[in-house]
Amino acid sequence: MADLLAQAWAIAAKDLLLEFRSRTAFLSALVFTALVLAIFNFARDPTAVATIDLAPSILWITFSFAGVLALNRAFSLEKENRAIDGLLLSPASRTALYLGKTAANLVFVGAVEAIALPLFALFFNVPLLGVLAPLVLVIALATIGFVTVGTLMSSMAVNTRFGEMMLLVLVLPFLVTPVSAAASMSAKIFAGRPFAEWAPWLKLLTAYDITFFVICTLVFEATVEE
Amino acid sequence: MAVPAGADGGAAALEVAGLAKRFGHVRALRGVDFTLRGGDALAVFGPNGAGKTTLLRLVAGLLRPDAGRVRIAGDEVGRGDAAHRRRVGLISHHSLLYDGLTAAENLLFYARLYALADPRAAARRALAGVALEARADDPVGTFSRGMVQRLAIARALLHDPDVLLLDEPFSGLDQRAAATLRALLERLRAERRTMVLVTHNLDEGLELATHVAIQVAGRFASFGAREGDLAGYRARYAEATSRDG
Repeated sequence: MADLLAQAWAIAAKDLLLEFRSRTAFLSALVFTALVLAIFNFARDPTAVATIDLAPSILWITFSFAGVLALNRAFSLEKENRAIDGLLLSPASRTALYLGKTAANLVFVGAVEAIALPLFALFFNVPLLGVLAPLVLVIALATIGFVTVGTLMSSMAVNTRFGEMMLLVLVLPFLVTPVSAAASMSAKIFAGRPFAEWAPWLKLLTAYDITFFVICTLVFEATVEE
Repeated sequence: MAVPAGADGGAAALEVAGLAKRFGHVRALRGVDFTLRGGDALAVFGPNGAGKTTLLRLVAGLLRPDAGRVRIAGDEVGRGDAAHRRRVGLISHHSLLYDGLTAAENLLFYARLYALADPRAAARRALAGVALEARADDPVGTFSRGMVQRLAIARALLHDPDVLLLDEPFSGLDQRAAATLRALLERLRAERRTMVLVTHNLDEGLELATHVAIQVAGRFASFGAREGDLAGYRARYAEATSRDG
């Protein structure tokens, strides 16, 4: 167990160090996020639909697509010099590889979201301070859900033609549940609704995260082995 | 074609029996057999598409065979076998390194994956072994092809493998870098590591080899202890490739 965690940490640290040095995917995701928020901001008619009604959908559309952009890099960086062979040749278990990649993706997507959230508040004039704690909880759970599935799909898509497009096709159906739950909860949080009203969505999201974490960990080996 | 294990009293370090692999309709490997002892170096020659890389990837455990088996020091290689992976090192024409990391960071990363006792010391030793200490903190992306190949060797030897697999290791190297690599491989053979080197270039592999195989269309057309000179092997190679071609 200690070896598994140490190997997972080594993989996550390596991925984050590579991204910190290049910042390519991070900047792409940030520019995409800012662009989407700006377009929605200028395209909406505030007299037709109240900002507070539109904001949760925009927030989660932005997070979902920025997240998929970020997930693309997870295994594409292993294609360089066939580094994936080095990983698979090592005695590190495939579970450590999956956990390491998932952890790096969580940090990466979390960093994009941490910058995107204040931008969102700025563009849409949504007061975050009073709702920050429950909103962060929802964002964290939804991010865990789609990164868990997205990391697995990224390992499958990387060896296909048009891998980046394939990742979208593979991962979007699995995003419906966490993103719908997160958008519904965000709407209720922004509207100041009591916890009891969004608690069922929270349970669903937690169940989704646990279920897919177990499934993805178990099937990951089959996606990276021949 | 197989050499019986322990025929001369020595235990087989690497035993390959009936190894076959198919990719869709293409039969990449059609039943390859050989046995090597510690210190043996097998050079496998063959034209492009003969299945040489497939053979190495099967022995390394990166592919699963459709038939046959690979044994290292008597233990059969199974799927997800971490113990097997600790015994094998692979040097390929791809470096398996990250250009964005420094030489030291690359080796430290792999040392941690292999759960070596002192990863930093192991990385330092490996760098010293290929005379790259002075460039330890430079990104691999700034290295020449020869330096990358030396670092790739350090990566492959980091965990002290018993069996070393080399896939076109001289590919793209200039004469000086190739001579350095040859000297390094001579040293490894003297350390009694078992080596399998695949190449389509007779000149570069023969010097190092104790055993020679000519592989054509997924089969060993010939296999045995090295005997004769380069000209003799050229003739055999030409005959084998023309017969199967």
